[in-house]
Amino acid sequence: MAEVFQLELVTPEKKVVDTRAEEVQIPGKNGYLGVMPGHAPLITELSVGEITYRENSTQQRLAVAWGFAEVLPDKVTILAETAERPSEIDVERARKAKQRAEERLASGDPNVDVERALDALRRAESRLEVAGKAK
Amino acid sequence: MPNVLDIRRRIRSVINTRQITKAMKMVSAAKLRRAQERALAARPYAHMLTNVLKSLVARTDIFDPETGEPKHPLLAQREEKTILLIVVTGDKGLAGAFNANIIKAAMRFLESKSGKNIDIEAVGRKGRDFLRRRYPAAKVQTPGLEELEESVETESKATERAGTIQITGEHVGILGKVEFAQASALARNVIQRYCRQEIDSVYVVFNEFKSVIAQRLIVEQILPIEQIGEQAVRLYEELPEEEKKRAKEAAISAGVGMRDTGTAREPASQFGTAQVDYIYEQAPEDLFRDLLPRYVSVQIFRSLLESVAAEHAARMTAMDSATNNATDMIDSLTLAMNRARQAKITKEIIEIVSGAAAM
Repeated sequence: MAEVFQLELVTPEKKVVDTRAEEVQIPGKNGYLGVMPGHAPLITELSVGEITYRENSTQQRLAVAWGFAEVLPDKVTILAETAERPSEIDVERARKAKQRAEERLASGDPNVDVERALDALRRAESRLEVAGKAK
Repeated sequence: MPNVLDIRRRIRSVINTRQITKAMKMVSAAKLRRAQERALAARPYAHMLTNVLKSLVARTDIFDPETGEPKHPLLAQREEKTILLIVVTGDKGLAGAFNANIIKAAMRFLESKSGKNIDIEAVGRKGRDFLRRRYPAAKVQTPGLEELEESVETESKATERAGTIQITGEHVGILGKVEFAQASALARNVIQRYCRQEIDSVYVVFNEFKSVIAQRLIVEQILPIEQIGEQAVRLYEELPEEEKKRAKEAAISAGVGMRDTGTAREPASQFGTAQVDYIYEQAPEDLFRDLLPRYVSVQIFRSLLESVAAEHAARMTAMDSATNNATDMIDSLTLAMNRARQAKITKEIIEIVSGAAAM
């Protein structure tokens, strides 16, 4: 049997994942990082992106927006503000959000908070990507 | 002498009322159970966030060693000139004294801070209706949380005040299903105002809910953050004993567990507390800066969730008492009806007997 570690993912609304995984990929602020059992203790901030983990040799994907991850040799705990499985993603809504964000960025209006619009754009894109890959 | 038919009609109407209150009680009990679960589900996240913050505080200086100034604007203590008060009530009535109590606590708080400028954010229809009759609305309103969907922030510069006490925002209809996004939108708005120094402190008044029998009305200070992981409760009021007893009875008869939502020992609560040297991917200061605003969101989220649970609990209790009262009323009306019927029969017999005697 492959080596495993405990993987937990919680959001403010519920506990999304509580399982034993063989590997997990986390979208860290400074780039994706892959974690296998026995990793050195680490704390990182998550950026918008996609978490993939492998349990029983099957890949699972989740779209996350902002969070935290604590890595211990035998345990990974992820705290995400939102985490959605591909089946839970509202593709229509994400598409609209993307369009809105793009419009706002393109408008050149000085009142537009560029940072927030970019954030929204990234969130929408990552959702679309995760949802798209699952098909 | 009331006639039998009238009394019978009354009884029937009271029975109908009892049926309704009983149904409402069961509905509230079911909703309470769900609300309790949600409050419980939110707990691990809050724990983890607090733990990370605590361990960060232990590792970094949050105050500048030279000037003594806090490194994060949300920790800055200023003289209280303008206060923001978030009043969390329910959207619906028929919940006993639930809404009235919160409003009362809010009013007491306003009195204790009289003379200062106070902005009010009203969450819940009942509180909003009451406050709106009393205080003027501010010219610039915070965007409603109902349609928060990526709302573009308005760059509101502190304009003229509508009064010393003014309502800056109304949030109605969000309590049916509280979402974290709503709490965090409100938090973002509050933080923005705090950082722009439009407000100097933020309090929230709500009904804290640990379990059906452990509830209290509290005014909690949210900003500035004084001690991470500690509630800064400014005013509180326990539920009266009698009320507690009734709530307990109602809970038992409705089959709602009285399990404490506060004592769940989750492995998640140990997040970030392991006694090891972590590798920090980011500088602790950066983490800290990003975390503090989330901490505020989590606190607001918690207060909304607990308030919803408390509202359902209050409605369940109120409906339980109403059902009991209806039962008592039916009993006494039945007695009165039987007496009236007996009196009528007696009267008729007397009439017959005296009629026979006269012959």
